[in-house]
Amino acid sequence: MVMASVTTIASHLTSTFLYAPEFCRLSQSLHTSQRPCTRKSVSGTISANIDLKPPPYALDALEPHMSKETLEYHWGKHHRGYVNNLNKQIEGTELDKMSLESIILASHNKGDILPAFNNAAQVWNHEFFWESMKPGGGGKPSGELLELINRDFGSFEALIQEFKLAATTQFGSGWAWLVYDLEDKKLVVLKSSNAINPLVLGSYPLLTLDVWEHAYYLDFKNLRPDYISTFLDKLVSWDAVSSRLEAAKVSIEGK
Amino acid sequence: MSWSSSNYLCLSSSSSVTQFSRCKLPCESEGQRGKCQDLNRATNISAYNSLKPPSFKLDKGQRRNDHVLKKPRNISAYYSLKPPPYKFDALEPYMSKRTLEVHWGEHHRGYVESLNKYLGKDDILYGYTLDELIRVTYNNGNPLPEYNVAAQVWNHDFFWESMQPGGGNLPILGLLEQIEKDFGSFSNFREEFIETALTLFGSGWVWLVLKRNEKRLAIATTTNAVTPLVWDDIPLLSLDMWEHSYYLDYKNDKARYVNVFMDHLVSWNAALARMARAQSFVNLGEPKIPVA
Repeated sequence: MVMASVTTIASHLTSTFLYAPEFCRLSQSLHTSQRPCTRKSVSGTISANIDLKPPPYALDALEPHMSKETLEYHWGKHHRGYVNNLNKQIEGTELDKMSLESIILASHNKGDILPAFNNAAQVWNHEFFWESMKPGGGGKPSGELLELINRDFGSFEALIQEFKLAATTQFGSGWAWLVYDLEDKKLVVLKSSNAINPLVLGSYPLLTLDVWEHAYYLDFKNLRPDYISTFLDKLVSWDAVSSRLEAAKVSIEGK
Repeated sequence: MSWSSSNYLCLSSSSSVTQFSRCKLPCESEGQRGKCQDLNRATNISAYNSLKPPSFKLDKGQRRNDHVLKKPRNISAYYSLKPPPYKFDALEPYMSKRTLEVHWGEHHRGYVESLNKYLGKDDILYGYTLDELIRVTYNNGNPLPEYNVAAQVWNHDFFWESMQPGGGNLPILGLLEQIEKDFGSFSNFREEFIETALTLFGSGWVWLVLKRNEKRLAIATTTNAVTPLVWDDIPLLSLDMWEHSYYLDYKNDKARYVNVFMDHLVSWNAALARMARAQSFVNLGEPKIPVA
């Protein structure tokens, strides 16, 4: 029962925010990117190959907080590598015709992970990460998101502290997340290692920060806390978090 | 000759000068003078003449007891940061000086400092050697918070010693024989090692270990800070596959990093020495039983 609902949520995730034309237009209004909205809706046509989706801003748009060189390597080599390797792995198998989220859930295999999981999850995580940032980001959230933050963490500062702690104490490679727990209907800060993401943990992800070393080594070397602070002060896109929260609510009401 | 306790000498160092002066016994603290007499009777050490403290004139304003340490030194470091057995630029051009500076000077140093901070809070873990500390804090798979930093200190010490300037090439003597016995040939081993390193996902280490029970060499991988010590195998070589180890020099090109390590950095001498030491614990060959 829980797995079924997670799958529904995951596919709802697919159709409601990552790939929907509505989100594309929303992201266009949020970002100054000139990129046209070319993302296909998954429910109609299923692509045999997973695409390497570019970030919704130019590679130098996040300077000086995240350098162009970092974006070139992080997106251009690491993210691209995951996409290519995933396509190689799923070609000709039953995973080939599935959406990215379905591949993730199927290859997660309730914890007994299959080879495609790492690549698939990393592709999804990185797409989500690029969209969690924007040029001129930072600041504070507003509206319903801020209300929920105050309700679930006490204050915005408390959320920041908890998020910073999760990101700093994630030992080795991994991610820090702000998720919406669908069962308890509250915001939670999580950290995960390597490629694990909230889709397989049964929560609705709202925000992520990549704390694999490749994400910050060129700009900050070993100073992970500085990277985390810079992300929260200057890069995080609270607008994206708000719209994802809307989608999360919709997905619950839709059940 | 009897040497009363009042003449015990204390060595105290202030800066680089060692001074002789008279130790203050516990019985001599304020209000307890009477108790010292028992001590005097009990101790009968004959050494008066040769141990007479040198007299020195005090400068104006200096007090006689200035050179005695008034309180014990605070021990604040339990484990030390051991430098690599070569200079930072000795591994150029395969591992840059900058990498050594950041990897050793920031990451490795950070682990040592965190470990000392942990141990400073509570002395329940005080007194172990680093190897023992790792096994204890690993706690059979349920690691204590100190485990990660302790193991990373050990891992990095081991890693620096697994490399040498002018490394690479082939192992020699018994190690080469053992590799050929357990892997078929050195090139098989090299391929397997490289492939294992490249398929490791996330942060971790690749090891050449001597398996105690099976009495053979094997390649092992561990994630994050885990080390073969905790399952009681004997590591002979390690390669750091955490991204911080190669990102400055090779960025995402792991394959080049691993190949360069095998061709130019790995210290077969170190591995040979470790294997020789390991043979005190593991009998690799047929025992040579003398025939009566």
